Amino acid sequence: MSTRMPTRIAVIDPNRERALLIVDGLREAGDYDIHLIGDAFSAAKALKDIDPDIVLVDLQSPTRDSLESVTRASGPLERPVAMFVDRSDEAMLRDAIDAGVSAYVVDGFAKERIKPVLEAAIARFHAFDRLRAELEATKQALAERKLLDRAKGVIMQAKSVSEEEAYAILRKAAMDQNRKIVEIARSVVTAAELLR
Amino acid sequence: MSGDGEFITCAFIPLTDCAILVAAHELGFARQEGVTLALRRETSWSNVRDKLALGLVDAAHMLSPMPIAMSLGLSAMAADISAPILLSVNGNVFGVSRALAQRLREETGAVWGSDAAAVGAALRQVSRPLGRRLRIGSPWRFSMHTLLTRYWLGRCGFDIAGDIEFVVVPPPYMAEVLGAGEIDVFCVGEPWGSSAVARGVADLLLAGPSVWRAAPEKALGVSARLRDDRPEALAALIRALYRAAGWCAEPAHRSALAEILAQDHYVAAPSELIERALSGRFITGAGGDVRTVGGAIEFFGGAATFPWRSQAAWIASQLAWDEPAIEPARAMSVFRPDLYRAALAPLAADLPAASAKIEGSLAQSTEAASTAGVVTLGPDTFFDGSVFDPDAGAASMGATKNLTP
Repeated sequence: MSTRMPTRIAVIDPNRERALLIVDGLREAGDYDIHLIGDAFSAAKALKDIDPDIVLVDLQSPTRDSLESVTRASGPLERPVAMFVDRSDEAMLRDAIDAGVSAYVVDGFAKERIKPVLEAAIARFHAFDRLRAELEATKQALAERKLLDRAKGVIMQAKSVSEEEAYAILRKAAMDQNRKIVEIARSVVTAAELLR
Repeated sequence: MSGDGEFITCAFIPLTDCAILVAAHELGFARQEGVTLALRRETSWSNVRDKLALGLVDAAHMLSPMPIAMSLGLSAMAADISAPILLSVNGNVFGVSRALAQRLREETGAVWGSDAAAVGAALRQVSRPLGRRLRIGSPWRFSMHTLLTRYWLGRCGFDIAGDIEFVVVPPPYMAEVLGAGEIDVFCVGEPWGSSAVARGVADLLLAGPSVWRAAPEKALGVSARLRDDRPEALAALIRALYRAAGWCAEPAHRSALAEILAQDHYVAAPSELIERALSGRFITGAGGDVRTVGGAIEFFGGAATFPWRSQAAWIASQLAWDEPAIEPARAMSVFRPDLYRAALAPLAADLPAASAKIEGSLAQSTEAASTAGVVTLGPDTFFDGSVFDPDAGAASMGATKNLTP
């Protein structure tokens, strides 16, 4: 059981994009038999069928607590799935938790085989975070540009000026009031809507 | 102290009883003590445990049995954790599915009750015909929810091993899991019990204090590093939390507190639910009946923040049900009234003179010897009239007795 090849990994992550990123990362890291579980609530049942060597779980998942209770008996009549978090490399575990992932391994699993899996998962979790941050920044920039365009439109119409002149008015107001130009734009748009 | 003063990170879970941590930060009590309290919201108790164990946070909002479970190596991530102050007493509520509520109404005439023995007997009556174990949702294995439920039902005729099973469900998901029919009963911290009623999937059964009138619910868990390497920072935090607790306990502040807690980065639940929870008012079912429960949640009154060693001993006695080797003395040493006293000395606060009490012996508010004179302790009775003497240990509670024939 502890030397089964290829290593069987269950990935529990309700976020589909990230889950696929992790699967990619694991495939690059080695030859693994990977199972994806999207719904963490039914993970307990799924895990019994899959019988994995390692379970990777996203820490954002609120149902991690339910998973925890499956890995340890909650009473004398319960049969646990008998998996535990490996603490032999505490620095790596800390990195993993910091990155947002935790790994449960089956009893007797060779420690050196955990490292590449966890490292691949950590790398992909970080990558996902960066992608998400970039996406947020891009969305934000786009929203701000739209706001600015609308504000310029309001000023152009109200004062019969060109787009460049409208922009200059906004920029001057921002400098005079020591505020960001997007905040001025937001005020202009809000005021225009109220005064319509 | 210079700059930001002492920077302390603290994990918390979205519950009404994270109140004194939030108030310490939002109302400036931490700042006044030279502490920058950085609150980190978590989605699961496993995360709170792991981050505290691995030193990713300095302190945490914890279920009172958690520091004991971690320090005694009962839980997956063992670590030396101390509890130098309680964050709340009570605050939990029991509820049932609409289906089970219907049966209770039909067979016993009522759902909600204030007499835990009667409610327990009624639950026993309607659960027998199910032909399977009653499934009870609880936020965590090492929680007052699990311990109180086992204590209560064990003394109401239930065979703990054969008649019930606990299902771990995070508090905000209790309603969903109940509605999906995966559990029959829950014990959960507010506002998540009332939230389940508001969502039309639950009826409330009993308030937590009806089982034990003064149950230590949440404790501040601190890492060994904070405790040993930064004692002044910890002392400052304890003072800040003590003051914040006093503020939170004032009825006049409930509305403001509810508004603050309702925000998305804190509890993210409607402020009306939170305010009701703070006031001990419960809407128990679809009919809209409002019940008021005294002592539904305590932050400060009756020395609520005091980490009694006897409370730790009681927790140990209940954990012993499936951890027979647990040593009560070790459990008692996890709660640190000595650190609490030392921290509050500069405030000249009036604190209980003793560090342990006979749990369950106070039928009403009682004056007890304090450092400056007398302090008022609230009632702390168990529903079955038992008392727990920490020196005698579990033996003093007698065998789990059934209250129903």
